[in-house]
Amino acid sequence: MLCVLLTFMEPRFLTVDNFLNVMRQSSIIGIIALGMTCVILARGIDLSVGSIVALSSIVAAAAVRAGVPFFAAWGIALLVGALCGGINGVIVARLGIPPFIVTLGMMGAARGAALLFTGGAPISGLSGAFRVLGTGSVAGIPVPILVFAGVFVLLYVLLERSVWGEQVRSIGSNPVAAWGSAILVPRITASVFMVSGILSALAGLVLTGRLDAAQPTAGLGYEFGAIAAAVLGGTQFSGGKGTLFGTVLGVLIMGVIGNGINILNVNPFYEQVVRGLVIGVALVFYGRFAARGTARVLQ
Amino acid sequence: MKGRKLVLSLVAVLLLTAFPLAASAAQTLGLVVSTLNNPFFVTLKEGAEQKAQELGVALVVYDAQDDSAKMTSAMEDLIQKKVDAILVNPTDADAVVPSILKANAAKIPVFTIDRGATSGKVVCHIASDNVAGGKMAGEFLAEQIGRSGKVVELVGIPGTSAARDRGKGFHEAMEQYPGIEIVASQAADFNRDKGLTVFENILQAQPEIDGVFAHNDEMVLGAIAAAEAAGKKGIVFVGFDAIDDAVKAVGEGKLAATVAQQPGEMGLLGVEYAVKFLNGEETPDFVPVPLKLVTK
Repeated sequence: MLCVLLTFMEPRFLTVDNFLNVMRQSSIIGIIALGMTCVILARGIDLSVGSIVALSSIVAAAAVRAGVPFFAAWGIALLVGALCGGINGVIVARLGIPPFIVTLGMMGAARGAALLFTGGAPISGLSGAFRVLGTGSVAGIPVPILVFAGVFVLLYVLLERSVWGEQVRSIGSNPVAAWGSAILVPRITASVFMVSGILSALAGLVLTGRLDAAQPTAGLGYEFGAIAAAVLGGTQFSGGKGTLFGTVLGVLIMGVIGNGINILNVNPFYEQVVRGLVIGVALVFYGRFAARGTARVLQ
Repeated sequence: MKGRKLVLSLVAVLLLTAFPLAASAAQTLGLVVSTLNNPFFVTLKEGAEQKAQELGVALVVYDAQDDSAKMTSAMEDLIQKKVDAILVNPTDADAVVPSILKANAAKIPVFTIDRGATSGKVVCHIASDNVAGGKMAGEFLAEQIGRSGKVVELVGIPGTSAARDRGKGFHEAMEQYPGIEIVASQAADFNRDKGLTVFENILQAQPEIDGVFAHNDEMVLGAIAAAEAAGKKGIVFVGFDAIDDAVKAVGEGKLAATVAQQPGEMGLLGVEYAVKFLNGEETPDFVPVPLKLVTK
C-alpha cells in the first residue's frame, strides 16, 4: 500500500532500478535484523550489533591492507563477530545476566576497541575484490541482496526446519519448561547471540564494501533499526513468536520510507515526523491483520 | 559578602576604565590549548606565538593534553601568575566553566578559541565562520558547473549549529545564481553511510545532477561512493572540514573541493583581539575566522 501511494506521488519510485536500490540499501540492516529476530525469539535482545559491525569491519580492513587475502580477511571479520557474539551469549547463558545489560556492555567495549584500534580514523582505499560483497553484482542483481537472500534461506531452514529452531522458540515462549525438558538452554542461548554476532560482522563487510571505508563510527544506531524492523514485522519481545519473513517486510517498510522521503525531497525537519507516522500507521494495520489472522485460526 | 564583592568589582571596573593603558607596557597572555597532540592545535599555537611576537607581548602556553583536569590546573596557574588575559581552547565546553568563573572573579579577561564555553563571562569567542564557509563552497560549486544546472545539498544533523550555518551560507550563495536549481536538500546526518544511501535515493529521482554540496566530508565521500557505484560521471562534489580522506579524494580528482578551517588564523586572531581588548579597544562577542578552500 505504501508502495502504491509512493508510486502515485512520484512515478520514478516504481522502477526496477529503484526496487533494486531499496533492496540493496536494506540488505545491511536486513542481515542484522534477521539475526536480531532469532535473538528476540529466544527472549533476548542484542544492543551490540552496531558496534560489532564497526569492530569486525575495521579488523578485516586492517588485515586486507596488511596483505592478507580478501577471503581470509572476510573470515577474520566473521570470526571477530562470532567471538563478540559468543562472549555475549556465554555471559547471558552461564551467568544469567540480562541480555540488555550484557549487550550494552559489549556495545561500549566493541565500539571502544574499534576506536582504539584505529585512533578514530577510517581505513579506506580497499581492494576491489574485498569490496565485492558491497559493490559486486551477479546477473544484474547486487551482491548485498544475494547475501541477504542467502542469509534468509539459511536461517529459514535453521529456524523452521531444524531442531535448533524449535529449541530457540521454546526457550523464548517458555524458558522454565525448556529448562525442564531435554533442551540445553545455555548452549542454545549462547548460539543465538553468536549467530547475531556473525551476521553483524557479515553486514559490516557489506557496508565496508559499499563505502570503500571501514569506520570506527560505522553502524551507530543500527540496533534500533534492526530491533524496529523485527518488531514491525511482528516479532514479539516476549519471545517465541515471530517470523523471518515478517522481519524482511519490516526492513523493507523502513527502507521504502527512507527512499520515499529522499525521492520526494521531504524537508529534513519533517523527515522524522513522517517516519514516525508511517511506522505507526503500519503497526496499526499490522495489528488489524494479525488480529484477523488469529481470529481465523480460532474459528 | 555579595555586596562587598559587587563594590569591589565596581571599583575594579572604575580603575580599569580610568587607566586603560596601565598594563600595556609588558603584557603577558596565557594560552591553554586542549591538546598539542593534534596538528590542528599545534598550528593554532604557532599562529598565536607568531602574533604575540609581532605585537611584543609575552605568551605562556599550556598543553591540557585533552584532559579537563589538566586544563583546570593550567587555568589556575595562569590566574595565580596574574596574566593580563587568558586565551583558552577548552577541552570541553562545560568543564571549562568553573575555571572561567575563577578568572572572572580575579578580573582576568577570558577569550575562547575554536570551542566555546557554556557559561561564565567570556570577552569574545574566536571560531570558524561556518556561514562564510558554506557560502564559499556554494560559490565555488556554482562557478564549477558554469553557473547553471541542478545541485543537491546533503544536510547535516538537522538543528545542529554546523548544519544551520553551513546550509545558510550555501543558500545565500545559491540565491546569486538564478540558473541553478537545488533539486534536493536532504539530511544525511554528517554520516558517510547515510550520505551513500540518501544520495543513491536522490539519484533515483534525479538522473541529471551537476553538483553536490555536503555539510561535511563524510557525507560527500558517501555520495561519491554512490555515484561511482551507479556509474555517474561529471558530478562536481564539494565537502567541508578537509578530513584526511577528503584531502586524498581532492588529490585523486574525485572531490572538487573541501572547506578547511584555519587554525593558525584562530591563534593569531585570538592574540590580536586580546591585545586590542587590553588596549581598551572595542571587541565583538564573536570573531569569525575565515575558512579556505582546498582544491587540486
